[in-house]
Amino acid sequence: MESREKTEYWRWGEYQRVMPSRDLNNSEIITAGVDVGSVGSKAVIMTDGKVHAWSVMRTGSNSSDSAKKALGWAMEDTGLTLKDFNYIVGTGYGRVNVPMANRAITEIACHAKGANYIWGPSVRTVLDVGGQDVKAIRCDQKGKVVSFLMNDKCAAGTGRGMEVIADLLKIPIEEVGKVSLSVTEEPKPVSSTCVVFAKTEAVGLLRKGWSKEKVLAAYMRAMSIRMSELIEKVGCEKDFVITGGQSKNIGIVQRVENILGIKSLPTPNVKETGRDPVAAGAIGAALYAKALYEKSSKR
Amino acid sequence: MQVITYYGYQDGSGEYYIVIDAEKCNSCGDCTKACPQDALKMETMLIDLEDKLVAAVTEEHRKKIRYTCSPCKPESGQVPCVQACGQEAISCVWNPLNQK
Repeated sequence: MESREKTEYWRWGEYQRVMPSRDLNNSEIITAGVDVGSVGSKAVIMTDGKVHAWSVMRTGSNSSDSAKKALGWAMEDTGLTLKDFNYIVGTGYGRVNVPMANRAITEIACHAKGANYIWGPSVRTVLDVGGQDVKAIRCDQKGKVVSFLMNDKCAAGTGRGMEVIADLLKIPIEEVGKVSLSVTEEPKPVSSTCVVFAKTEAVGLLRKGWSKEKVLAAYMRAMSIRMSELIEKVGCEKDFVITGGQSKNIGIVQRVENILGIKSLPTPNVKETGRDPVAAGAIGAALYAKALYEKSSKR
Repeated sequence: MQVITYYGYQDGSGEYYIVIDAEKCNSCGDCTKACPQDALKMETMLIDLEDKLVAAVTEEHRKKIRYTCSPCKPESGQVPCVQACGQEAISCVWNPLNQK
């Protein structure tokens, strides 16, 4: 029997990186932030409040295993062991299941703090597009949250929905953004707010003769409209940034910018600086870990 | 330090949010007892590196507020959690879309 190649188009690449320039021997405080999301788990190791190493991987069926794996992977090639950490903070959907954490902090605080580290003090509005929810955050120049909006948008407006549509259209997830922008004219957005129905609607559009690119654009247009509504609720003040997995999706970033009429700050050189928007929550958690450690050692 | 959290949804029927002001909240927990759906709980929030117990919608209910909160929508007259709060820390936003 002939075997067919099985391809999972939704499967995004996991990665880990250690900053080459940091010297561990001279660092005083070593902290970590572990953000266990519904789709991705992120772990960031910081030395004296600067990113030293980090990992981004898929969350498995068990939150505490995912937390261990993510931190374990981030520690690889760093020579660190769990004993070396002064303080570890867990955050995200699975935050209560981070076994090695000294404490958990709600993601409300962590994302803004992370965005402040990545882009600097000018950030006022953060749109975090995660695997299964979207958050709109307003913060001050120190990365402190002023208002936080959590919407019950389920998978349809988020990373998970994007995975489903990428798989349906057989377009690798890393390329969906670029492909969706190849349409000459922006199509009418899909109307379904549920990813199961949206998928059905997409199949219908394909049958009608729409190209894959056009269907993809219609789906992303709908996603972007919903995200923009959230931002408008908290009020969009400059500077504006997008964090979470969809910050890599240029099709979403550009559409949201067009709808809001405001440009988001460009992503810094992730590999060289360790300022990874996907890991914003974990970066914030690691920064809080440092602050909490300093506070506790003063007493 | 003002921290306002919105929990809710937005769809074809309009927008609905439970809005909790962490600064005004005095951690009494009266709202959690008043909620007929058991959708509120006191949650530790880190504000300026200090822990504060603040009312929050439970993780379980966050994604189904449209169902959880529908019996109490402001149209019904009174919203129990909003009324239970002596600090005016909880409010409710309900802007129905006029559909014709």
